[in-house]
Amino acid sequence: MKALSAAQRRRRRSLYVMAALAVLSTLVFGLLQKSGQVVTYGFVLDKEWVLVQQWVINSRTASLLFGLVAVAASGVAFLQFRAGKTIGIASAVGAAGIMMSFLSWAAAGKFIPFTGLLQGALLLSVPLIFGSMAGVLSERSGVVNIAIEGQLLAGAFVSGVVASLTHSTFWGLIVAPFAGCLISTLLAVFAINFAIDQIILGFVLNVLVYGITDFLYKKLLIPYQATWNSGPTLAAIKIPILWKIPLLGPILFDQSIIVYLMYGVVFLISFSLFKTKWGLRTRAVGEHPTAADSVGIKVNRLRFMNVMIAGMVAGLGGAYFTVGGVGAFNKEMTAGKGFIALAALIFGRWTPWGAVSAALLFGFADNLQSVLGIIGTPIPSEFMLMVPYLVTVVAVTGFVGRVRAPAADGTPYKRGESH
Amino acid sequence: MSLELRGITKTFGALVANDSIDLKVETGEIHAILGENGAGKSTLMNIVYGLVAPDSGEILVDGVVKKISEPSDALASGIGMVHQHFMLVPVFTVAENIVLGHEKTGFAGRLDLNEARERIKKVSDQFNFDVNPDDLIEGLPVGVQQRVEIIRALIYDAKVLILDEPTAVLTPQETDDLLKIMQELKAQGTSIIFITHKLREVKAVADRITIIRRGKVVGNASPSASQSELASLMVGREVELAPDRGAHDVGAEVLVVKDLSILDITGRALVNKVSFSVRAGEVLAIAGVQGNGQSEVARAMVNLEEHVKGSITLNGEEIVGKSVRESLHAGIAFVPESRELDGLIGSMSIAENLILDLHDLAPYAKGIQLFPNVVLDEAAKRRDEFDIRLQNVTDPISSLSGGNKQKVVLARELSRPVKLLVASQPTRGLDVGSIEFVHKRILEERDAGRAVLLFSTELDEVLALADRIAVMYRGEILSIVPSGVSAQELGLLMAGVVHA
Ligand SMILES: Nc1ncnc2c1ncn2[C@@H]1O[C@H](COP(=O)(O)OP(=O)(O)OP(=O)(O)O)[C@@H](O)[C@H]1O
Ligand SMILES: [Mg+2]
Repeated sequence: MKALSAAQRRRRRSLYVMAALAVLSTLVFGLLQKSGQVVTYGFVLDKEWVLVQQWVINSRTASLLFGLVAVAASGVAFLQFRAGKTIGIASAVGAAGIMMSFLSWAAAGKFIPFTGLLQGALLLSVPLIFGSMAGVLSERSGVVNIAIEGQLLAGAFVSGVVASLTHSTFWGLIVAPFAGCLISTLLAVFAINFAIDQIILGFVLNVLVYGITDFLYKKLLIPYQATWNSGPTLAAIKIPILWKIPLLGPILFDQSIIVYLMYGVVFLISFSLFKTKWGLRTRAVGEHPTAADSVGIKVNRLRFMNVMIAGMVAGLGGAYFTVGGVGAFNKEMTAGKGFIALAALIFGRWTPWGAVSAALLFGFADNLQSVLGIIGTPIPSEFMLMVPYLVTVVAVTGFVGRVRAPAADGTPYKRGESH
Repeated sequence: MSLELRGITKTFGALVANDSIDLKVETGEIHAILGENGAGKSTLMNIVYGLVAPDSGEILVDGVVKKISEPSDALASGIGMVHQHFMLVPVFTVAENIVLGHEKTGFAGRLDLNEARERIKKVSDQFNFDVNPDDLIEGLPVGVQQRVEIIRALIYDAKVLILDEPTAVLTPQETDDLLKIMQELKAQGTSIIFITHKLREVKAVADRITIIRRGKVVGNASPSASQSELASLMVGREVELAPDRGAHDVGAEVLVVKDLSILDITGRALVNKVSFSVRAGEVLAIAGVQGNGQSEVARAMVNLEEHVKGSITLNGEEIVGKSVRESLHAGIAFVPESRELDGLIGSMSIAENLILDLHDLAPYAKGIQLFPNVVLDEAAKRRDEFDIRLQNVTDPISSLSGGNKQKVVLARELSRPVKLLVASQPTRGLDVGSIEFVHKRILEERDAGRAVLLFSTELDEVLALADRIAVMYRGEILSIVPSGVSAQELGLLMAGVVHA
């Protein structure tokens, strides 16, 4: 009960922040803006990425409109909060309103390829989503996984090389999970069997993968590029019917197989974690291993297995960089995405959907910043970088209810040590 | 099914927790194990259940040596256990906890909790447990959590059932119900190992009694032995079961509680306009069956509750709205009901836990500097004074036995000069020798002019210590009666019966 009310207070606080931001964006972006400029939003509705629809609107009007939508959504969220209902949808609408209000102002006089903006966001979040799912798997069962970065990188490297050697994206995809699994098995052995500090261990593993891939890249992939580092890439596949859904269809259902695998992984993990025997045991082992042990669950075996699966998921995510993207492996090409995935996991409060939402918002922020950079806006880039994250924090705290880190996360289990 | 232990020995470093213990439990008997806090009872039971590996010795089930190295081995051999420290996942529901390890699944591997729900409801109705399968464990009072543990053991119908202090958190009525259940189970042929510190219960149900002192079996006793005989066998000296309560002078009102209401997050009143006062040199006991709002009132005294209306004043100074720390520093000692959760920090040493309240003040600290030696000296002093059984004060708190953990909290809270002592179930889980000691300390506090607010579900304790008794029922104080009241009358009041 105490935990609940603390969570409620936190939610109320984030609602206040959202409402304040909504009002602020209405005022700053809407009312204080010079009128007379228009913003143009481009949408792909159907067909082969042909621009079908343009929405031209006075940018001041748009900012004002979206700002007011955000204010209204905040109001609704408050009412729902008072009535003890969930506030997910209202706070999502609120956050989107603030975002759009800002965008309409920032892109005044410019053209925004809206579908492209969203699709780019999705693509940027793919490795984050894979990574955070790996995090969910291992941390929910009580093993801190800092080594996501290393698992992604190992997956990227091995799948790139194998695809290049076999001239087959198929084999590239098949081996990627095993590469990630190799790294996570090391994590499992040392963290679970030898109770080594998991943070330090994860860090060491990341450095190890960086080192090995850098070395091989220099000694093997560069000199023998034609054989070793010129793998094919996956083509986009349109899902019949679904891809024709207006606005969302071309974004979600005209992707390479790896993105569809990601959808599968997300659905599977979120279903399994909360609805199956495996999920119940996994959560038990992450929350109260002694209790799990006392009913006959092999705590360390389950943890070991989950950490291995986590590595497979991250490894598959790594393939997205090579066979799912440019084909060739590049030195340190994961560029810290594993750590951002970890941040998404924490922002998402260790729930699969929370992590996905956070990853999507991070991806969106990332892409928005580059799109705005390309079209050129009056705002300094530091500020541009900041605003989306601000919205992210507010939105994610509003989205998710009372969830904290799994109680036994990071604590090795040895029988009889605590009673 | 019969169970026999032969020569079980277990050491933790230099400490011999079990010293070549032999024990035989016959089919369909209730075998009580008595022993002081730290005698090694839980260790022995954890060995039988496969949670602790013995250094030597063997376990025989129905005369056949069984290798039990995992709880699953024990479960497979028909041994079930209700642990002293709850083995429940706090963020799971009752049903989820009960199916854990024995899950049924339906289509696509989907968990099927319906059967478990039915069985929980059935057992719960059968024994009047009032447990809802879909409640979250962390929102349930400790008494109800304990019932969940018992339901679990009953559902997986163990042939040998180990109950490690199952009644420590139950009310007298619930305890009587449990004793009845135990007898029913025994009639069905279940063997029960029953650990408790309450001699009345042992006398009521046990067929045989084994007494353990400092890791060794020191003898057997028959249930017909008197309580004081049992007590002295256990402790190794004479024990005064009822403390002397001398005459005393009461002073001015120290604590005044007026129209105190405590709401849960949905706005429902858990405590409804409760008013009472405690004078200096007086013990006011708040009696009541677990779950009638006493826990919340106790927590409100140091502002651990969130939604509080009304006023609480200490020597005229308002407490409501202050921080926990401020309320403690205003002169309140607080012994919480759930010591594991609210009273101790599991990852810290015994010594650190002993001085937690004053860790940032002289003589332990000055500025940003902490003086570990002073801490250790003080800890050793308190260990001796409170007879806390431990190897080393620098050991982690988790190495202590259940009763000794409670002594750590008591030692800390009673070592601070205060105006008001708030003690919630202060002797829960303590052995008779320690209860004698704690009762003496509480009365000493009273005689030294402190106000004492005691929350207890134990009739005997209430009657032995209180000067006045307030009975709480469904969030309200039914009446406040003087200490002369009879146990029967008090029992009726606690059940909500007010007579004209
Ligand atoms: N894991 C451990 N490490 C070190 N010492 C331990 C450990 N577990 C138990 N002990 C010690 O072994 C002794 C016996 O503990 P045990 O929990 O069996 O006592 P108990 O008889 O159940 O007492 P209580 O009535 O207080 O529950 C205690 O002195 C305790 O401190
Ligand atoms: Mg014990």
